[in-house]
Amino acid sequence: MVMDKDIKISIRNLYKIFGTKPRAALEHVRNGLCKAELMAQHHHVLGLQDINVDMRSGDITVIMGLSGSGKSTLIRHLNRLIEPTAGEIIVDGENVLTYGERRLRKLRREQMSMVFQHFALLPHRTVLENTGMAQAVRGNPRSDYEGEARKWLDRVGLGGQGGQYPHQLSGGMQQRVGIARALASNSPIMLMDEAFSALDPLIRTDMQDLLLELQEELQKTVIFISHDLDEALKLADHLVILKDGQVVQQGEPQDILLHPNDPYIVDFISDINRARVLRVRSVMESPDDPDQSFAGEVDPDDTLESVIATSGGDTALCYRVMRDGHQIGVLDMKKLVRALVPTGAAQNGMRAQAV
Amino acid sequence: MATYDFIFNVLGLREWCDKDATVGPMTMAELLNRKPAGDDPKADIGPMWELPFPSLDALNKACPAIARTRDLTKGVEASFLDIKDTLKVVLDPLTQPLSWFIRGALYAFQTTPWFIMIPLLLALTYFASRSLRLVGFVAASILFMAFIDHYDFAMQTLAIIFVCALLCVLLGVPIGIAMSRSDTMQRLTIPVLDMLQTLPPFVYLIPLIFLFSVTEPKLYGIAIILYAIVPVIRLTDLGIRLVDKEVIEAADAFGMTERQKLYGVQIPLALPNIMAGVNQTIMMSLAMVVIASLVSAPGLGVLVLRGIRNLELGVGLIAGLGIVLLAVILDRVTKAALARVNAASAVQRNS
Repeated sequence: MVMDKDIKISIRNLYKIFGTKPRAALEHVRNGLCKAELMAQHHHVLGLQDINVDMRSGDITVIMGLSGSGKSTLIRHLNRLIEPTAGEIIVDGENVLTYGERRLRKLRREQMSMVFQHFALLPHRTVLENTGMAQAVRGNPRSDYEGEARKWLDRVGLGGQGGQYPHQLSGGMQQRVGIARALASNSPIMLMDEAFSALDPLIRTDMQDLLLELQEELQKTVIFISHDLDEALKLADHLVILKDGQVVQQGEPQDILLHPNDPYIVDFISDINRARVLRVRSVMESPDDPDQSFAGEVDPDDTLESVIATSGGDTALCYRVMRDGHQIGVLDMKKLVRALVPTGAAQNGMRAQAV
Repeated sequence: MATYDFIFNVLGLREWCDKDATVGPMTMAELLNRKPAGDDPKADIGPMWELPFPSLDALNKACPAIARTRDLTKGVEASFLDIKDTLKVVLDPLTQPLSWFIRGALYAFQTTPWFIMIPLLLALTYFASRSLRLVGFVAASILFMAFIDHYDFAMQTLAIIFVCALLCVLLGVPIGIAMSRSDTMQRLTIPVLDMLQTLPPFVYLIPLIFLFSVTEPKLYGIAIILYAIVPVIRLTDLGIRLVDKEVIEAADAFGMTERQKLYGVQIPLALPNIMAGVNQTIMMSLAMVVIASLVSAPGLGVLVLRGIRNLELGVGLIAGLGIVLLAVILDRVTKAALARVNAASAVQRNS
């Protein structure tokens, strides 16, 4: 894992309570009332509770949770489509909650762009005009942004469709326009609210690949909301799991998979094809015995599934893990097979205590 | 002896009643109820059965100091007449442009020769609807009216509708926008709109006659606008409130100003609803312009009125047919324009 990336967005002690008197309700929550109690006793909905997340520049941070867990509320706090009850949101070292209207608009226009679940394209504008929306909003004339918009449409595979209206395109194509629109704003941060959830499974996979491919090149700071664990594991550099407005666990996805610290997460990951998601680097050991014999070499980013295929299922083998021509670890097939057993809860985690 | 005498006797108010007696002329109802003395067929029915509701009139019988209902209506009238002059000082100059507009439109519609006016109207129809069939229908209708010498009357009616409906849109759309942006504004406006919509159209005319000279076109102009402005306000409000929340959110997320959002997103997306409101407004101003002929509005309504007053059946029926033709023309043309607006945006909602 690369640890030297700057922290781009930092959420500190964020609370959101929906209701008529959120400030008073906040006191109750700080005094230890849980979501259900707050609803029953004070008729306020606890949306988010004490959220602390750091999002690194150039990373895809995936916020995952079931519906009602507060993930869409959380992402809307970043550009203040929803105002928090308490806490701080720090972007590039500045607390955006102190921003006035003008400064906030500048943030939304130049620093952040957003992709929506149901695309939210302007139905009365052409695809090209939609793509250039961010620039048009800034007041740039059409001739200035047209070339740029066309470039991004080409980039998402919609070259030559600029003259159409959104309703003439399929859902997947509309979301490509949504992504092109976000990219054409040239903002360093991209917020994606369940961006692929409304698409067919096949198209969704396509779009995920497109996002990863674009990310490889553009290195934006992406905050991606999802309720789909497979999607989250595929995209995330940093995974945040929300439940009832609280962060249950966050960290590197491989790490969460191997050491879930909550029964909720164990439930979540129990249906996952671990061989396809886990990678060699997560289960390898440091190379301590130089005289060991190896059956071959593998890459640290190979999935366990591909290693099993290479080994032909022989658990007696050992592989040398190589990166850039240097050995960085040893992969024991026995260790690999053990990592595939799904109930790998941490010994000191909540699940161990609960049992 | 009146039914409610006992109340005032018990309360010891008898003296006060008789002292401040409001004695006026007998009301018509009283006069009609007067019967020859000694001939009261209801006398032997129990007094409880005949108990009158303790209304102002019944109480007045027992205690003349209490005002009669007639005094209430008289009071309303007197207070209106009291404020009338002040009201007139404010309203007269404020509404004077309406008179100018209507006079101007009447002048323009009537002095433009028919061989220019009819092609102009047909061109307008084509521009709004892009349908040659509709242009054919409009041409046939107008030529028919012109052929039976109703052309001038129809043009007068059209001129008045043109001015009034235009002003309704110019005033109503901003009011509707204001309503859609503020729930308080909506709460305050809706009762007024309900009242305007349900008040019988004749009732508008009564205070207006007191306020303005009958020779002023604004007299009926105001009545028509008050009556016809409601749908365009309501549907503008509704249309803007119905705009997809996610699209509004996207507009916010990309940093649109309120003004950019209103003109770039909300109004264009609310346009089908606003156009439906305009259609209704035009139809309602046509309905009102006929009634407004009672207060000197020119046009086909005058012929209808003549038909009623002089029992000229044929005149009334033919004028009525002319009004129906105008209504159908206006409805079809605005609906065709609405359909074109819908075609551009409705498909999106289905997908």
